[in-house]
Amino acid sequence: MGVEICVEGLTKSFGPQVIWQDVSLTLPAGEVSVMLGPSGTGKSVFLKTLVGLLKPDRGSVTIAGRDITKLRERDLYEVRKLFGVLFQDGALFGSMNLYDNIAFPLREHTRRSESEIRRIVLEKMDMVGLIGAEGKLPGEISGGMRKRAGLARALVLDPEIILFDEPDSGLDPVRVAYLNQLIVDLNAQIDATFLIVTHDIASARQVPDNIGLLFRRELVMFGPREQLLTSDEPVVRQFLNGRMQGPIGMAEEKDAAQVEQELAQLGDRATAQTPGSGPLTPRLLPGPGITRPPRWEAIARREAALHRSEVADV
Amino acid sequence: MSLSPTGALRHSGSLFAMALDVIRTLPRRPFQAREFIQQAWFIASVTILPTALVSIPFGAVIALQIGSLTRQLGAQSFSGAASVLAVLREASPIVTALLIAGAGGTAICADLGARKIREEIDAMQVLGIDPIHRLVVPRVLASMLVAVLLNGLVSVVGVAGGYFFNVILQNGTPGAYLASFTTLAQLSDLWAAEVKALVFGAIAAIVASYKGLTAKGGPKGVGDAVNQSVVITFMLLFVTNFVMTAVYFQVVPQRG
Repeated sequence: MGVEICVEGLTKSFGPQVIWQDVSLTLPAGEVSVMLGPSGTGKSVFLKTLVGLLKPDRGSVTIAGRDITKLRERDLYEVRKLFGVLFQDGALFGSMNLYDNIAFPLREHTRRSESEIRRIVLEKMDMVGLIGAEGKLPGEISGGMRKRAGLARALVLDPEIILFDEPDSGLDPVRVAYLNQLIVDLNAQIDATFLIVTHDIASARQVPDNIGLLFRRELVMFGPREQLLTSDEPVVRQFLNGRMQGPIGMAEEKDAAQVEQELAQLGDRATAQTPGSGPLTPRLLPGPGITRPPRWEAIARREAALHRSEVADV
Repeated sequence: MSLSPTGALRHSGSLFAMALDVIRTLPRRPFQAREFIQQAWFIASVTILPTALVSIPFGAVIALQIGSLTRQLGAQSFSGAASVLAVLREASPIVTALLIAGAGGTAICADLGARKIREEIDAMQVLGIDPIHRLVVPRVLASMLVAVLLNGLVSVVGVAGGYFFNVILQNGTPGAYLASFTTLAQLSDLWAAEVKALVFGAIAAIVASYKGLTAKGGPKGVGDAVNQSVVITFMLLFVTNFVMTAVYFQVVPQRG
């Protein structure tokens, strides 16, 4: 069973530059959450703060009853064993081949025999479709393979919480679709708490239970997927629809007058087209071979009901 | 690196904090024997040849200087004694320091720096593994071991080089050179030099690891880290060398 992560009043700055302030949210145990945000809003910094790699200026991160911002180094290493983290480029150890990379946490933390390690490693490699590449070095394989190997390594210790730092950056759409399916299947199988940091809207619409949006140095909104997808908040609308009109500019935020003008123009057309209030993107469900736990059964039933009613509407 | 005084203080502070962490982590089990042996082998392989090649001309220069000096003073019978003393006490720790910092330290710093910017160090921490215990401690111990052995190598090659230049090129008397070997130098000189080498090895590895683990800003950051680590190590080593020499003369009674 996954573990709940409770973040309260988190603030982080580098020197005089505030990255984000007063971020408060709760990642519910066993659910999939997505953290969205334009490039450079400190999504990766947020992720690193959750695992205690960076110390926040203020606020707390409570995991399994312990505030990790106040833990001593040694206790922190204990709490981190709950985590599996997929870094942007996989962060594989360049001097080891894929097999040794994935076996590394098992060899360091458990007293399992080599044959047992071999069984677990091959199982996880099969899960991410890397069978046959055990002997390759991280420098010899593509970015997508590195990512999948990083995921396999994050999974070997059966983590309670899995964090993904932009799992879809640098992958082609087909691989992104496979990866999203893999994430959903994994969630149904191991029941861990997932947090995906990304700026890929398509994934954010399909995969999660909850969505959060970081912008302008704060958490604009965090809540259930349906609530965000149907939200009228201009920043959320702009980001989820991937359009230029709205508060998010190319370099910085735009000035208020310009935003209002753009939104007004858009509003004229929007009333005709009603973007955002159209049919909700269907949720990605675990594949047919996966036995669904009760939580996913309920989601599947709800999805089915939703789409039946939509079909009826049309 | 910022040039503000507080920035420099902060860096020195974290450097010492890491040195303390290394000492505190030393006794923690399991000892990373594999990493230690690999690193010792690696540092030895990048330093042995340059050390030998540097110590030959170093010994020769000392022999030439002392050869002509003793002739001017009419003390040719002491040329062997003086050159052994110079090589053993100063030349070998200095050469060892230069090579450990220049060849060993840079290799450590570049390796750890590259791992840092590829997020390997972060990944390691997230996997619940302390990089100080897993990576830094074995490197510090390996560097200390290799420094001690290198110091022995420099002493032998330097003395042999001195003998060759004094006897063959300056027509010194082999008998007088060998006979005066131990008139000034004593065994404690060798021990002192070895202790110096031990400390130099530790300092070089700790500074290199610190700079490597705090590298940031992509590949250029690693280059900067390596550059700074060499400069800082050299400064620290020469200051330490001076202090240790001064203490040595106070503590150990001299001959003659």
